[in-house]
Amino acid sequence: MTLFTLIAKRLLVGVVILFVVSALIFIGTEILPGDVAQAILGQGATPELLENVRVRLGLNDPAPVRYFRWLGNLLSGNLGASMVSGADIGQLLGERIWNTVMLAGVTALIAVPLAIGLGLLSAIKPNSLTDRAISVVSLSLISLPDFLIAIVLVMIFAVKLGWLPAIANLRPGQDFFTVARMMVLPVTVLVFTVLAHMVRMTRTAVINVLSSPATEMAILKGVPRWRLLLVHALPNALAPIANVVALNLAFLISGIVVVETLFNFSGLGRLMVESVSTRDIPLVQVCAMIFCTVYVLLNLLADIVAIVSNPRLRYPK
Amino acid sequence: MSVGSGGTEQPSSATGASAKEADYQHPLRLLLSQLTLTPVLCLLVLLTVFVVVLFAPWIAPHPEAAILTDESFSLPDETMLLGSDFLGRDMFSRLLYGARVTLSVAFAIAIIAFVLGGTLGFFAAVKRGWVDSVLSRSVDALISFPAIMVALIVISALGSSIPVLIVTIALIDSTRVYRVARALGMDIGVQDYIEAARVRGENMGWIIFHEMLPNALAPLAAEFGIRFTYAILFISALSFLGLGVQAPQADLGVMVKENMQGLLYETYTPLYPALCIAIVTLSINLLVDWFLKTTDAALPDEL
Repeated sequence: MTLFTLIAKRLLVGVVILFVVSALIFIGTEILPGDVAQAILGQGATPELLENVRVRLGLNDPAPVRYFRWLGNLLSGNLGASMVSGADIGQLLGERIWNTVMLAGVTALIAVPLAIGLGLLSAIKPNSLTDRAISVVSLSLISLPDFLIAIVLVMIFAVKLGWLPAIANLRPGQDFFTVARMMVLPVTVLVFTVLAHMVRMTRTAVINVLSSPATEMAILKGVPRWRLLLVHALPNALAPIANVVALNLAFLISGIVVVETLFNFSGLGRLMVESVSTRDIPLVQVCAMIFCTVYVLLNLLADIVAIVSNPRLRYPK
Repeated sequence: MSVGSGGTEQPSSATGASAKEADYQHPLRLLLSQLTLTPVLCLLVLLTVFVVVLFAPWIAPHPEAAILTDESFSLPDETMLLGSDFLGRDMFSRLLYGARVTLSVAFAIAIIAFVLGGTLGFFAAVKRGWVDSVLSRSVDALISFPAIMVALIVISALGSSIPVLIVTIALIDSTRVYRVARALGMDIGVQDYIEAARVRGENMGWIIFHEMLPNALAPLAAEFGIRFTYAILFISALSFLGLGVQAPQADLGVMVKENMQGLLYETYTPLYPALCIAIVTLSINLLVDWFLKTTDAALPDEL
C-alpha cells in the first residue's frame, strides 16, 4: 500500500470517528435525559413553559430528524442560541476560543520539548541518579490533584510574594505585558499537570527503542553516542513519542477545564463548566463538540506521524 | 487504535517463576522479603487513613455541619485543631467526613470499573471473533472522547448525584481496565495450560476464574491501585468544579472549592483537603510502583 492511500484511509476513519462522536454527544445530551425540557426547567415547570422550551429547541420532531438538523446547523456554522442567556453561541465562543487556544498553545510549546528532553535524559542512563530523581518527581506530580499545585503556587507567588495576579481575568484591550503576567500561573500549573505523564511515557518509548537489536548492532559497530541517539534511536522513537504527546493532550483538556475555572480565565473550559452547571444543553453540545474534535484530530495527527516515520506500519500484517 | 506500537514488554509474571524452579518462592514471601522503607510507610499511611475513614463519626471531635464560631477561617486552637472553615465549622472534623465520602465513592467506582471492564476484557480475549470486535470497537468509541467530556456531557443531561457520578466514572474507567484485561487475557490465552484446560473440556467460566485470573492477579492488582487513584482525582476534580458531590454532602474536592476564598486571607484552609487527597494518591502510587518492580509484573503498555 502506498503512503498516500494509507493516510487517506486513516483520514476517512477520522471522519467516521467524528461522526460517531457527534452522534454520541447528541444521544448523551438529548436522549439520555428522556425529556430535555423537563431536565432544563426542573420538576416544578408548568406545561406551558415546557411546551415553550420544546418549541424553541425543536424537541417535538423525531430524534434522527433533530440529529441531522443539529449536525447540519453545526457544519454550516449556525450554532444556535444559549438556553440561559439567549445570546448567540457563535459570539459567546469567539473571544474564548482564542484565549483557550493561547493557553493550550503556550503550555504545549513549553511542555512538549521539556518533557521529551527530560524523558531522553532519564532514558539514556536508566537507574542513574538523574533518572531516579526525574521518576520520583514525575510520579509525585501524577499523584497530585491539579488544584493542589495551583493552590501552592498561588499561595507563594500571588499571596505571599505578590509577584503575580491570582486570577487571570482576560479582557479585550489589555496590553501584552498584563496578559503575559496573568498567564504565568495558569500556564505553569498546566505544564506541571501534563509534563509528568509525557516524561514517563517518553522514557519508556526511548528505552524500548534503545533495547532493540538494531541499537545493539549500532553500539557493536562503534557508532558514537550522539549519533546513536539522534540518528538511530530518535527516528524510531518518533512514532511512540508522537503518540505520547497526543494522548497527553487529553490530560491537557481536563487540566484546562480545571485551571480555567480556578483562575477565572475567560475560556472555553470555564464556559463549558458554567453551561453544564446551568444545564444549558445547546451550549454544552457545542463546547463538547469543539473539545472532542480537537482531541480526535490530535490523535489522527499522531497516527499520521507514526505512519510517515515508521515504514513498517505501511505494511500491515 | 494505535497502542502497542512502542512497547514489547511481556507480562512475565506467569512464566518468570517456572523458569527457575529451584529459586521458587511463594509470591507473598517474595513481596515480604523485598519490603523497604517506602512501601512500609505507604502501607502505614493507607492503614491509618482506612481506620480514620471507617471510624470518622467516633474520631471527629465535632459534628460535620455544626457551626462553632461566627469567625471564618479562624486560626487553629484547642477546640478546632485546624481552625474553622468559611462558615465557621470545624475543619478537622469536616476533613474526616469528607475523606469518607471521597474514598468510598472512588472505591465504588474502582470496583464497578473492575468487575465490568475485567470480565468483558477476559471474555473478549477468550471468545475472540465478533464478540471481541464488537466490544473493542465500543471501547474505541468511548475512548475517542476525552474522559472529562464524557462526565460533563452525562452530568449536563442527568444532573449530578452520587449514583450518576459513580456509574459514569466507572464506565469511563472500565474502558482502560477492559484493555488491560484483554491484553493480559490474550497473552495468557496462548499458554499451554489454557490449551490443556480447553482440551479437558472445561467451560469458559472455569477457565477465566481458575486459570486466567490467578495468573493475571499481579498486574490486575497494580491496575486496581492506579484506577483507584484515578477515581479519587477525577471525583475530586469534578467536585472542585462544582459538578461532583452536591450539598449538603461534601467531599474533599468540594471543601477545596468552598474554602478557596480563604487564600486571599492568607490561610492554609483550602490546602488541607487537597493535601489529604495527595497523601492518599501518592501512597497508593508509590506502593503500586514498588509492587510492579518487585513482582516483575508489567502492565500492557501505559496509556
